[in-house]
Amino acid sequence: MITKQLSVFVENKKGRLSAILNCLAENGIDLSALSLADTSEFGVLRLIVNDPEKAKALLNDIGVIVKITDVLAVVLDDKPGGAAKIIEALSQNDISVEYMYAFDTKITGKAIMVAKTDNVKAADDLLIAKGLADVLPPDGFKG
Amino acid sequence: MSYLNKDIETMPREQLKELQLERLQKQIAHCYERVECFRNRMDEKGLKPEDIQSLEDLAKVPFSYKKDLRDYYPFGLFAEPLKNVVRFHASSGTTGKRIVVGYTREDLEVWAECAARMMVSLGITDEDIVQVSYGYGLFTGGFGVHSAAEKIGCAVIPMSSGNTKLQIQNMVDFGATVLCCTPSYAMHLGEEVNRAGLKDKLKLKYGIFGAEPWTESMRAEIEKSLGIKACDIYGLTEVIGPGVACECAEKAGMHIWEDHFLAEIIDPDTGEVLPEGSTGELVFTSLTKQAFPVIRYRTRDICRLEYTPCACGRTHLRMCKPQGRSDDMLIIRGVNVFPSQIEEVLLKTSGGDITPNYQIVVDRINNSDTFDVNVEMSEALFADEVRSIEQIEKRITGELRSTLGIGAKVHLVNPKSIERSEGKAKRVIDKRNLH
Repeated sequence: MITKQLSVFVENKKGRLSAILNCLAENGIDLSALSLADTSEFGVLRLIVNDPEKAKALLNDIGVIVKITDVLAVVLDDKPGGAAKIIEALSQNDISVEYMYAFDTKITGKAIMVAKTDNVKAADDLLIAKGLADVLPPDGFKG
Repeated sequence: MSYLNKDIETMPREQLKELQLERLQKQIAHCYERVECFRNRMDEKGLKPEDIQSLEDLAKVPFSYKKDLRDYYPFGLFAEPLKNVVRFHASSGTTGKRIVVGYTREDLEVWAECAARMMVSLGITDEDIVQVSYGYGLFTGGFGVHSAAEKIGCAVIPMSSGNTKLQIQNMVDFGATVLCCTPSYAMHLGEEVNRAGLKDKLKLKYGIFGAEPWTESMRAEIEKSLGIKACDIYGLTEVIGPGVACECAEKAGMHIWEDHFLAEIIDPDTGEVLPEGSTGELVFTSLTKQAFPVIRYRTRDICRLEYTPCACGRTHLRMCKPQGRSDDMLIIRGVNVFPSQIEEVLLKTSGGDITPNYQIVVDRINNSDTFDVNVEMSEALFADEVRSIEQIEKRITGELRSTLGIGAKVHLVNPKSIERSEGKAKRVIDKRNLH
């Protein structure tokens, strides 16, 4: 399925990450997944949250740059090869993954992989057609 | 005291002024005839070359500006056909477009003489070995002092800039007695020489340093670390290059060679000529330059002129070190940088219609200028992928380098993080304290 992800610019400076996370915490934004890509100069924080629009507005208010991006969220079997078969399917259809991160869920035997591909819609359609896209249960991210 | 051209260098001021007037009248007539931009400006004021009857009459003549060099790029301000031009030099202009100047054979001769007068005044002779560590190329630094040293008959080591290890090795192996480079590079060389324990192996006696602002404490440090007498040389490409003014052995201000360059001090706001001894903007008229003469050229350097006789016997007035600028130009590693150039690069590279907020931070660390450009991140610049952001950073860095000719470190910073006073961002933070 396609879900909304927040991408946040984090200046490489003491206290920036903490300011962002505190702002979300104080306003009751619940994080389901988090990944931080960093370079020597800056970082990009990627978040899946319960209310992306509200979170973006809150962060904009404290002067933080945020982009909402469509990403692929795929439910995987939590066992060897679970992720491999998804990536293989994408690769065989010339869909390239720009970045990804995965996390465990509370649903027994399932994990979730978040991926940004060059064509998110095509990737999603492909996985549905191949029967690889397990439907995410309501509130799936929380398990 | 030795002189290269004693008659001229010690000419009584009254006589010098007569010479200036004669040359000024000739130059104005020449420019009026050959340079359309100058003729138009004179006509607008209803002035004819014949109206210049005294040196004071120069105050009526219109100014010229760095912008003119850009507007009439490349050859619109040349007063000689290209067949009489034997050399070009160029430097960066205010908007990324270079400015270009030309020299006839006589111009090169005059230029060499100007800097050579300084060398002779320091006691430099044909026995000396001169290492030129200014950049050679379109920049005037390298060739300027090179020709002067050759004119005297010195043996020249045309090192150009960079490669510190080889610089020191050649200084030692060839027994260089004179070093010409930027003062910050001299500081660096001094440190490296001492670190390598080679100071005793040096034969250096004099240093001729310019192209960027430096302080008396830097002078003391260079003199100590290299065991030399360090002198200041001033010049600008638009006027001729290094050698427009130079210190003599007295180190009491830089003599402007008034037989070639007529200096005025004006109020930068009103354009009025200020009385002798005032501090204001330095304006030059080149009296003898043929290919690229300037009339009342606004240098934007703020300084004061000293008319009293110098202990060296030279009668030519002395300018104090420039105390600042009447515009926002910065000199970083010897290169002229205008904030507007950075602004244009950012506008071009940011992909939006608005220039991102930016701040230039200049400092001097380990005797070399650091140059950082902080750019506020914006929705337009931000991308979800690290690679795209890095590409933006690289694009800005690359464009800055090709526009300015020197490298800057670009940092993407948080929006609104650049300090603002009365809503306006402070564009330049210069921590060097050079004035």
